[in-house]
Amino acid sequence: MAGETPKVDELEKGPWPSYVKEIKRAAKKNAAAKDLLGVQELSFNDRVTHWKHGGIVGVTGYGGGVIGRYSDVPDKFPQVESFHTLRVNHPAGWFYSTKTLRKICDVWEKHGSGLTNMHGSTGDIILLGTTTAHLQPCFNDLTEAGFDLGGSGSALRTPTACVGPARCEWTNIDTLDMVHHLTMEFQDEIHRPRWPYKFKIKISGCPNDCVAAIARADFTIIGTWRDSLKIDQKAVREYVKGGMDIKTDIVARCPTNALEWDERAKELKLISEDCVRCMHCINKMTKALRPGEDKGATILMGGKAPIIKGAMLSSVIIPFMKIEPPYTEIKDLLRKIWDWWDENGRPRERVGELIEKVGMRTFLKVIGIKPVPQMIKAPRTNPYVFF
Amino acid sequence: MSKTDIGPPNFQEMLPEVIKKNYGQWKYHEIMKPGVLRHVAESGDEVFSIRVGSPRLVSIDFIRDICDVADKYCDGHLRFTSRYNIEFLTPDKKKVEPIIEAAQKMGLPVGGTGNCISNIVHTQGWAHCHSAATDSSPIVKALMDELYDYFTSMKLPALLRISLACCINMCGAVHCSDLAIVGVHTKIPKVNHEKVMAVCEIPTVMAACPTGAIRRHPDKEVKSVVIKEDLCMYCGNCYTVCPAMPLADAEGDGIAIYAGGKVSNARKPPMFSRLVVPYLPNHPPRWPEVVETIKKIVEIYASHARKYERMGEWIERIGWEAFFRLTELPFTEQHIDDFTYARETFRTTTQFKW
Repeated sequence: MAGETPKVDELEKGPWPSYVKEIKRAAKKNAAAKDLLGVQELSFNDRVTHWKHGGIVGVTGYGGGVIGRYSDVPDKFPQVESFHTLRVNHPAGWFYSTKTLRKICDVWEKHGSGLTNMHGSTGDIILLGTTTAHLQPCFNDLTEAGFDLGGSGSALRTPTACVGPARCEWTNIDTLDMVHHLTMEFQDEIHRPRWPYKFKIKISGCPNDCVAAIARADFTIIGTWRDSLKIDQKAVREYVKGGMDIKTDIVARCPTNALEWDERAKELKLISEDCVRCMHCINKMTKALRPGEDKGATILMGGKAPIIKGAMLSSVIIPFMKIEPPYTEIKDLLRKIWDWWDENGRPRERVGELIEKVGMRTFLKVIGIKPVPQMIKAPRTNPYVFF
Repeated sequence: MSKTDIGPPNFQEMLPEVIKKNYGQWKYHEIMKPGVLRHVAESGDEVFSIRVGSPRLVSIDFIRDICDVADKYCDGHLRFTSRYNIEFLTPDKKKVEPIIEAAQKMGLPVGGTGNCISNIVHTQGWAHCHSAATDSSPIVKALMDELYDYFTSMKLPALLRISLACCINMCGAVHCSDLAIVGVHTKIPKVNHEKVMAVCEIPTVMAACPTGAIRRHPDKEVKSVVIKEDLCMYCGNCYTVCPAMPLADAEGDGIAIYAGGKVSNARKPPMFSRLVVPYLPNHPPRWPEVVETIKKIVEIYASHARKYERMGEWIERIGWEAFFRLTELPFTEQHIDDFTYARETFRTTTQFKW
């Protein structure tokens, strides 16, 4: 049982909402949540984690979605001896009806610690802490409530998307419809890990990339446009009249000098062929500037955190494609990539690392895409060329 | 028998009426004040979003509380952002202030919009992870207590994104954040030979090491591995594939700080965060050294960067030499890369500042 927790209690103070208060709220109803406070205090004193490595647990028919978690101090804190996590696939865009959210709460009150993460860093609803015996009944009740588990291990991880057309004027694609479609299509790939390592799909509606798709996703979809951005000159003049220093804050900030301000005519001119659609001017003049009409997406690949060969940003594979339901082209491309990676990747090798190992040349042949200059920052400098 | 592979609920059933009606038809938006967005649709409809900070690790009673607010003011709908903030949406301007009051009554800050420090994306830490080199929620709490005003205002030159990962697996996009806080080990794994023999595959363990530091045990009778200490940079990849090689160490574990990353394509392309502080100790419950260092970097950035300049853009303009001078952070041998892409980071010009 948890005794005094003076160090943990310290974190109830201060203006930012306290997670310790939340654990304490749960602890009023749940003994495991109470023991978690004690584990935290112990970790604060010992300055190491007190959770053991792994432990394979799960629900029938799935190879993932549950993270096994066992305490290394079960004698002191028997209520968290097993304290497993369920990853629950969130609805696209993290929109909820309260009716649905309350259902999740009820299931978790019945089967777990009452503690959650809203949300995990990949995007799932994280239900923190339950026993092995509760896993299957909890899963059954979750599916009754209309929810399913997300991805874990060497599987397709829960795909995520930005808010998109639900509440953003900048989106160039229907991020939410697309992420829902892909999630439904690839349920097997999410629930049954069988690849060399994890695979992430993230979808952002514009180059602002609010879900960090370029940094985090093996397969990155970012909305963009092919024609010129749209300018409402009257609205531009309103901004200038309102005190905006358009030369310094907009024109001079354009990374490719694609903008000019005609002081006499009071007009913002765009040199369209020089625009790289970075979003700066659109971000700062929301009422005056908008993405163009010929909308679609850029597909980039290979983004990942450092494990194992160092962090990578996704790089351009398809500069522009139209994105329309039922997204057959994207689905076919994904399957082709997975087959090749599954066949050739070493354990714990992300697809970006495999591409780097065998060469982009080989990869492009596999997926049947022709090389174009948009894929690179610059051509090679060395003379070691394959023919 | 349970159902399987049903997938998540369809988002369309989760959308408020005003969103459903104007889906894909938004015209523009403005930030009315910190934490309050106004989106206007082609139809002329408006939706007001009130953005509220959350501790992320929350109880089901917390979720029920925010549901109560959404039931009272938002026709029973709400959403979360990619940075764990809660958003209450309403087409009715008159409900904006009551929602703000309701949030504040719950002790939740309203903000996280525009040129602010939004909520800190973070991982599980000692609360729930086996490989954590530091904790997460306590550091986030301690930091946001100090940086609170930056969440509820928009006074920075540009938005500033802070993320925290409790080990270098970096769950979450910390490697491309304006400021990234990363748990690091600095001691080599402690190999438990008996356990290695029982539970680990030796070839897999050896292959897991990116620097080839793991070798077969010289005694053929011992089916285990040894670690060449001078080659190990404590990444923990071996521990992930072999539980018999833990790295956690009360004295060795601590925190590194990286700066200048971004994911947005606005102005400069996306950038990686780069090492600015190699090691700070773990001092629970409030990690004062980490909080102080982050706060100092934020303040120097805030007073030196030009309008709209992100941390990384500012550093690129002034140069890393100026960054280390202004922040008074010591520059050490650890700052110079010696991994895969090291050469790309060396200065191959005579252009630099003093």
